[in-house]
Amino acid sequence: MHLTLEFGGGLELLLEKSTKVHKVDVQPRDGEDKATMKGLLSWVKSNLIKERPEMFIKDDSVRPGVLVLINDCDWELCGGLDAELEDKDVVVFISTLHGG
Amino acid sequence: MQSAAAPTRAGSRLCTRCGERKAALKRPKTLEQICRECFYIVFEDEIHQTIVDNNLFKAGERVAIGASGGKDSTVLAYVLSELNKRHKYGLDLFLLSIDEGITGYRDDSLETVKRNELQYGLPLKIVSYKDLYDWTMDDIVKAIGLKNNCTFCGVFRRQALDRGAALLKVDKIVTGHNADDIAETVLLNILRGDIARLSRCTFITTGEDGPIPRCKPFKYTYEKEIVMYAYFKKLDYFSTECIYSPNAYRGFAREFIKDLERMRPRAILDIITSGENFRISTTTRMPEQGTCERCGYISSQKLCKACVLLDGLNRGLPKLGIGRTAKVGAGADGSGEQQGKRAERRNRSSLQGKHGNLDF
Ligand SMILES: [Zn+2]
Ligand SMILES: [Zn+2]
Ligand SMILES: [Zn+2]
Repeated sequence: MHLTLEFGGGLELLLEKSTKVHKVDVQPRDGEDKATMKGLLSWVKSNLIKERPEMFIKDDSVRPGVLVLINDCDWELCGGLDAELEDKDVVVFISTLHGG
Repeated sequence: MQSAAAPTRAGSRLCTRCGERKAALKRPKTLEQICRECFYIVFEDEIHQTIVDNNLFKAGERVAIGASGGKDSTVLAYVLSELNKRHKYGLDLFLLSIDEGITGYRDDSLETVKRNELQYGLPLKIVSYKDLYDWTMDDIVKAIGLKNNCTFCGVFRRQALDRGAALLKVDKIVTGHNADDIAETVLLNILRGDIARLSRCTFITTGEDGPIPRCKPFKYTYEKEIVMYAYFKKLDYFSTECIYSPNAYRGFAREFIKDLERMRPRAILDIITSGENFRISTTTRMPEQGTCERCGYISSQKLCKACVLLDGLNRGLPKLGIGRTAKVGAGADGSGEQQGKRAERRNRSSLQGKHGNLDF
């Protein structure tokens, strides 16, 4: 399943070469038939985040203060961690915690 | 955190305001689910209402927007120039930026402000520590190390903003401090037992007895909505933490506020209300106000805080002016400064010395 992931608001600094946009191929986790945000977060944590993962993840979700949008819709309206992802979805992560 | 009926795909709910378009976000303040277009309307209208209800401006005033290139001040510059046109406030708006002289951080964020100058058609004034004090923050850190640099930065920035505002001959300075920032400062003032600052840090306008009043049109605006607005409108802002700002204590307060917000988004407004409800007892001693003998800046001591700090730097004794009267206690202005606290008590908002957060 192909996804486009975008990191902003300073989160890009946690990734290799501070790259903001990542085209990735992610599969549902073992024992799940659909990919969910929960699975995606742990995938991002182990495959993309290069430093200070605590700036991104806290207790299996994003750190409070990190906004998530799925296809430009607030993930709080899409089921949050249980939101199901489909091929070609665009997921955006923005930190509100950097700078004023 | 999701109810059982929560949909698991984007775009399946309709906006509760217009009932026509797909909802794009959940408002933390009201928990409403609204579409992008309705969000722009309510976001801008609430700020307009805050401006009107609190009489923040008078027609014909010149107003400087403290612009750091960060999200808050970028959105403030954009929204304020829109509202000024739409509701005919009759304001002359300016962008005012401080160049602290921090390589790789402020020089980059100033590039953002220069683009904003063109994008929003607002004249920009940059005042630098180098010009005002003949010291850059890079120089200061070289001389004193990382320990007390926020004290210098806080004191110098506060004064630099006033001096820049005087050069622009403005009547007022507006800053991008938002509801989350104010809740955080309320909390810090409680943790530090600083009752005098506690209620004052919630004032929407401060410094009315000082050289130039400052106000916060985003006092009731959630950070989440500011960032969502910047994202949907594709506003150009800069987001890197100051390299000299390891303000851990403030960081914990911020994290705590964000945790509370996740459980109950109203918490942020409730904390601001608690701060407002504290009153300073009339027996609290307030200092006499005068001016600095050397530079003429407002001060209740012979020399203002910036001049004392500069003295120390120039004489190779940078500790001068830091922590000499530690028993007075540090205020929650993020700078950890101690001496001269009482002296300056009347003239500033407790948010102004904040360093980690780029606005002033
Ligand atoms: Zn802020
Ligand atoms: Zn709508
Ligand atoms: Zn002075």
